[in-house]
Amino acid sequence: MTTLDRTAVPRRGNADRVKKGLVSGKFTALLILLPPALILFSLFVILPLADAVYYSGFSWNGYGAPSDFVGSQNYQRLLDHSVFHTALWNTAKLILVSLLIQMPLALGLALLVYRKTPTNTLFRLVFFLPYILAEVAAGLIWSFVFDGDYGITSSLLHAMGQESVYVLADHQWAFPAIMTVIVWKYFGFHMMIYIAALQSVPKDLVEAAKLEGAKPRQVALFVQIPLIKHAIVVSGFFAIIGSLQIFDIIIPMTNGGPSNSTHTIVTYLYSFGLSRLNIGFGSAAAVVLFVLAIGIAFFYQRTTGKGSKA
Amino acid sequence: MKSITTRNTLRVIILIVVASVVIGPLLAAFFGGFKGNSELRTNPLWLPDSWAADNYIGILLDGNFWRYLGNSFFISLMTVFLTLVVGAAAAYVFSQIRFFGAKMILSYLLLGLMFPFAAAILPLFIKVRDLGLLDTYWAVILPQTAFGLSLAILLFKAFFDQLPKELFEAAYVDGCSYLRFFWSFTLPLSTPILATVGVFVFVQSWNNFLLPLVVLNDRSIYTWPLGMMQFQGEYLTQWNMILAFVTLTIIPAVIFFLAAQKYIVAGLTGGSVKG
Repeated sequence: MTTLDRTAVPRRGNADRVKKGLVSGKFTALLILLPPALILFSLFVILPLADAVYYSGFSWNGYGAPSDFVGSQNYQRLLDHSVFHTALWNTAKLILVSLLIQMPLALGLALLVYRKTPTNTLFRLVFFLPYILAEVAAGLIWSFVFDGDYGITSSLLHAMGQESVYVLADHQWAFPAIMTVIVWKYFGFHMMIYIAALQSVPKDLVEAAKLEGAKPRQVALFVQIPLIKHAIVVSGFFAIIGSLQIFDIIIPMTNGGPSNSTHTIVTYLYSFGLSRLNIGFGSAAAVVLFVLAIGIAFFYQRTTGKGSKA
Repeated sequence: MKSITTRNTLRVIILIVVASVVIGPLLAAFFGGFKGNSELRTNPLWLPDSWAADNYIGILLDGNFWRYLGNSFFISLMTVFLTLVVGAAAAYVFSQIRFFGAKMILSYLLLGLMFPFAAAILPLFIKVRDLGLLDTYWAVILPQTAFGLSLAILLFKAFFDQLPKELFEAAYVDGCSYLRFFWSFTLPLSTPILATVGVFVFVQSWNNFLLPLVVLNDRSIYTWPLGMMQFQGEYLTQWNMILAFVTLTIIPAVIFFLAAQKYIVAGLTGGSVKG
């Protein structure tokens, strides 16, 4: 390392050579290293999103070139479709549950286990476990839990002398069940973000507050939580963007049913756009999703005053 | 004021309750795989009467199960490889080379951080079909790589920026080009971040459902989440079989998680907390 540092201050001739050579080597490097990323990203991210906007103006089943231009009709149909209203409202509910139940739960647990002890590490691992499981697998396991004939909920109800309930076939209970699974699946992720932040809070600040006679709850409320505000803002952003895209868990649990009452925006665009090959109509739903995501991201950045990323 | 021990007891009770809710369904699935369907009906939660592993063995002897896992493994591995190579190459350019428009191109590539993947799924289906890639591994690998690039480039660039600049100048005087420097210095020095991003991308790809669902129709190239849904469709109410299948797919994930948890957690929280 030190020998390298010494040669790093070259004599004059060397410096010129370095400069000249760097310029010519620069373009070769640019031309080889940058295009793969640019091509892949443009072809499979930017272009499809632009296509979605374009397709949404057509009535098109995906075969041949789109030719039946219908203007804003797809959007009109979308806004008139009551199932789409339900999907929007369900997605909003997921956002609310994530922000108002999941995040406080994650924060509370983070405060309980952020100190580095062996038992805390064990609990952290357990709480984080659902996050790394595939959504589909989690969805299947929970559809067993909620099953009316075999499930755990129904055997609990039996034990209490009640009739079993087919939770996932029930209008009233199906979506709350899904929200429960979502909290179960993702709270560990938010908890980990808070733990990383809590561990970087200077210890003397917490100690000082305790010496002043602050109770643990007061230390948490007035010292720790304000100091990890940035982490909370970031996790809130993830919660919202994640909620907008919930799909995998719903498919094995209810597949959007009963009678289309548990759709989210993404399951809606899958069932009514792709499955039925209404590419134009589905694209309109995709554009709504896209606009919502970008709109919320901007609004969120504005109100929280701190960038989400980059 | 509560004493420290009561407080701590309360804390541990809360933690144990939450942990049981988290673990309960997973254990029930594991136990359920050993039960007969009628036993499952009366006893969905607790230990099985006998540890008869017939359900598990039946699935393990079925070639399809291994084929699904193999397909997922290959797709995930290729996605990781491509994301690391392509992402690191681009990040290296932004970190080491100054050129006109660098900032704009970087912002362009980072746009992906905000875009919801699902919004692109219909046009992606069309694009993949028009490229003739439906029912191939590439139909999953290429879009996954493209959507993972933004985060990879962001994390790689942050790491490369911290590598000592003197190193490059010194290497260059000794006749080392940008490309060689990237290959023989930057990449080897960056194994921690490569591992973090690699593990993160692997988990995402391994668990991906929507994209394979849309672009793969041929059962022989199904990834395991698709295979599992197929299996569920075939066995519908035979929950013991379904639970055995789910458990068998979860076990490798749990082992991988325990082995690589350091990188998984770093990948998830590092990217977000640094912001």
